[in-house]
Amino acid sequence: MTNNSIQVKGLQKSYKQHQVLKGVDFEVEQGSIFALLGSNGAGKTTAVKILTTLLKPDSGSVTVNGFDVATRPDHVRQAISLTGQFAAVDEILTGRENLVMIAKLRHLKNPRQVADDMLKRFGLTDAADRRASTYSGGMRRRLDIALSIVGKPQIIFLDEPTTGLDPEARIEVWKIVKELADGGTTIFLTTQYLEEAEQLADRIAILHEGRIIANGTLQELKKLFPQAKKEYVEKQSTLEEIFLAIIGNKEAV
Amino acid sequence: METVKNHFFSDMGVMLGRSMRHVFRSMDTIVTVCVTPIAMMLLFVYVFGGAIQTGMDNYVNYLLPGILLIAIASGVAYTSYRLFLDKQRGIIERFHSMPIARSSVLWGHVLTSLVSNALSLVVIILVALLMGFRSSAGLLPWLAVVGILALFTLALTWVAAIAGLSAKTVEGASAFSYPLIFLPFISSAFVPTDSMPTVVRVFAENQPVTSIVEAIRALLADQPVGNEIWTALAWCVGIMLVAYIFAIRAYKRGV
Ligand SMILES: Nc1ncnc2c1ncn2[C@@H]1O[C@H](COP(=O)(O)OP(=O)(O)OP(=O)(O)O)[C@@H](O)[C@H]1O
Ligand SMILES: [Mg+2]
Repeated sequence: MTNNSIQVKGLQKSYKQHQVLKGVDFEVEQGSIFALLGSNGAGKTTAVKILTTLLKPDSGSVTVNGFDVATRPDHVRQAISLTGQFAAVDEILTGRENLVMIAKLRHLKNPRQVADDMLKRFGLTDAADRRASTYSGGMRRRLDIALSIVGKPQIIFLDEPTTGLDPEARIEVWKIVKELADGGTTIFLTTQYLEEAEQLADRIAILHEGRIIANGTLQELKKLFPQAKKEYVEKQSTLEEIFLAIIGNKEAV
Repeated sequence: METVKNHFFSDMGVMLGRSMRHVFRSMDTIVTVCVTPIAMMLLFVYVFGGAIQTGMDNYVNYLLPGILLIAIASGVAYTSYRLFLDKQRGIIERFHSMPIARSSVLWGHVLTSLVSNALSLVVIILVALLMGFRSSAGLLPWLAVVGILALFTLALTWVAAIAGLSAKTVEGASAFSYPLIFLPFISSAFVPTDSMPTVVRVFAENQPVTSIVEAIRALLADQPVGNEIWTALAWCVGIMLVAYIFAIRAYKRGV
């Protein structure tokens, strides 16, 4: 038995008649980075919302930090934090006030000190006392992630953390994610960018038409890549090619 | 579970602090809420007032209760607006994925509505004083007035919460308040109901605004309030309970 932070078995979810998740299974090992890859509308956000207790699953079992999300949501919430697809910062408050607010809600001893440390760590000290509405997209995302790690949650969910960011800001977010993982935090992230999964993740799962159609390390996924590869021995196949090949195969059947 | 419950009040304090900051950083919302009722008060007192027979010699005294209700009806639209934005921007989801008392998010908005509406009402009453409003009422009747206004604000705030939580657009979130603002015009708020045609009069005399307006008017004039106050309280509490149930339902469904 490995030490799993997240265990999902037979997860199903529909919005009215529209079935989004049709039986999803995966596990995330403690302290690892797991990337859920999928195109627009694949159901990534739906999966994240179920894992973070915001939505109830229709069926299947979902365990986070050893607790069932449906029956023990309060225990799950003690261990997690969510950075949603769209930066959820309070725009009317300053960066500092946002951080102090979350530190207070997490009942930390010294909210102002926590906020100062975070501002420094995320390079937001200069902008600390400006309203978040004046922040650039990259700064907003950094603040968003900073808010999520106040109180050192064990498991962090990042829903498309770099969508809409320029390359520089993206690399900055990657750095933050790697640092968090090095510190022992379990990271679950979703992305549409294959490169991102390639860069960050220990394991990658591809969500397509409601199911996980591939799940493994980058090396394992590369082995799934069909014979065509032999013709280009010198060239490493990218995840993008693998992704398209797998999806193509599924749709051909 | 216990730890979460124990933190309800401190969590709600944080939420209240947050949305009060929103109010104070957009003082224009308070001004906007005050301007229309004050303009109406000026219009009715100095333009129409001379032609209206109310049986009271001071028309400002007659008019003020209705004006206060109009201010509340337009003030709660901001609660709806703020809730809508919180929902749309994912702030509510952020809070809900944290180990905090979930209802504290909603209660923070509700308490903020009480405080910001109270501010608007104070401003309007000050203007009314300048325009000649006088009250002979003592402390107790004034407290009763404050109580009725607070209950009315709470009732409409929960209505606003339903709108804010179930709206799909910003406009939708505040549209509910237009009919509410209109309601005082078909009541005894501006003119006595006697002069109205029968159908309108029956409606006017049996809708919540009339009983609330008349209860407040009697209290401020230091006159016996009779049964009006019980009808007024029943309306406020009734609307509040029904709206509360639907708002909580919308809250649980929406997130
Ligand atoms: N509240 C909802 N009601 C009805 N349908 C929904 C709802 N939320 C999502 N859907 C639908 O479910 C499907 C999956 O949505 P989801 O947001 O989980 O996808 P996603 O993988 O996160 O997409 P994106 O990359 O665009 O963020 C989509 O077809 C979407 O239209
Ligand atoms: Mg999404």
